[in-house]
Formats: sequence, C-alpha cells, structure tokens
Amino acid sequence: MAAIKVKVKAKEKSGIVKAKMLIKHPMESGMRKDKDGKLIPTHHLKEVSVEYKGEVVLQAEIGTGVSKDPFIAFSFKGTKDETFKVTVLDSKGMTGNAEVKIK
Amino acid sequence: MTVSRRKFFINLGKTAGYLALVTSLPQLAWAKWSEKAFTATSLDAAVKAKYGDLPIVDSSEVKLKAPAIAENGAVVPIKVKTDLANVKSISLFVKDNPSPLVTTLHIGPSSLADIQIRIRMGKTSEVTALIEADGKLHRATQQVKVTIGGCGG
Repeated sequence: MAAIKVKVKAKEKSGIVKAKMLIKHPMESGMRKDKDGKLIPTHHLKEVSVEYKGEVVLQAEIGTGVSKDPFIAFSFKGTKDETFKVTVLDSKGMTGNAEVKIK
Repeated sequence: MTVSRRKFFINLGKTAGYLALVTSLPQLAWAKWSEKAFTATSLDAAVKAKYGDLPIVDSSEVKLKAPAIAENGAVVPIKVKTDLANVKSISLFVKDNPSPLVTTLHIGPSSLADIQIRIRMGKTSEVTALIEADGKLHRATQQVKVTIGGCGG
C-alpha cells in the first residue's frame, strides 16, 4: 500500500515553532456519487499525531468534514534544528509519516 | 401485501443505514477515534458524544476566525486561537453538515492553542469552536455563508 504523502514545514521564532502541514488525501465523504450514480465509499483521514521529544504535541481526530488534501497549521514550544515526527492514519488503515527538522 | 411508495423508501433508507453500519464496523479497531461523535447527525448529539455533560460557556477568549462568506464550501479556512490556560482539546463543529463534528485536536502541554485547518461545509451554517479547558467547554460561534456547497458531488 502506498504511503500517504505528508508535507510539513516548521520554523522556529523566539521559542515557538510554527508548523504547517499538508497531507495528500482524497477525503471521500461518502456523499459523492461516481458516474454510474453509485455512492463512492468514505475514505478519509482519521488520525494525525505529532510527536516532539517523546511528547505528543498534537493529536487530531479527523472526520469527513475536513477538506480534501487537509491543511493543518499548529504551533508548539520547541528549538531550532531539532526534529519532530508526524504520523497519519486513514480509514482504510493506510499510514504515512514524516520526520521534520525545525528551521 | 402491497408496499406503499413511502414505506418502500423508508425501508430502503433503513437497509442502507444498516449496511453502512456493518461496513464501518472494522473501523472500530481504532478506539481513540470517536466513532459515535463523528457519526452523530445533530450538533447537540455530536457534542454530547464527544464531551459528555461538560458545562458549556460562551467565551470571548475563544478567537474563532472564519470567512463571513465562503465562495467554495469544499475549502473553508478556519482559525482558532485562545489565550486560555490548560487547553486540552479544540473541536470544530458545523451545525448543518451531515455529520457536524469536523475535527478534534488534542493539544499537548507544550503546544499552543493556535490552529488553522481547512474544512468542508455543505451549506450556509454556523461554525462552532469548542475549547476544552479546566473541565469546561468554551464556545465561540460564527455564521458562514456558503455559495457553493462542498459535501456532495
């Protein structure tokens, strides 16, 4: 199974890391129909978690109400040149992760 | 036995409902994801399923930033920010969406309650942000007008 693509950028300024995350995902809501009029089954992201120095700084539960290719911006206290880890999981059990260096 | 048109459609709806329930069962494996809250169809039920009976207070400390008019309901940028201390989680609800709960973001002790996310809106509705802090839910609500819905095809 192909991994979910996760793109993250993070920048530190006076002790605060501002991170922007873009996840490539179709986020099928289960309401859309294909060209034969059949409903396309739901396929959406479920969980996104961000770990920094062994601490979970963000753990998101995501439903079908989040846009296609979800974008999430968040911030936390951290230092430059350190790394944090992002893991994502969707409703079909597909996963994706990224290691991000704080700039 | 003749089946009236109305009954037929009611039954059809029920069957579809059961099917949806059965096919979604394997997803229960992830206990953390609040299945019940995400499948609730009304705002009150979703809030209850997510947070139980925590008291809700309207608070000006919750800074919810959403566009007054969203041209495209498929992508509505939302910002939530607060200066409240001990924030545990931030949840976003869209009242008139098929499933009102959009997302719940659990915030760790060293992160700031300052998030941005893009959400979908089926039609013009109120967007509610709930911030869980100190055993209370702090609420902010804003009306967002949607020109083109973003839920169906």
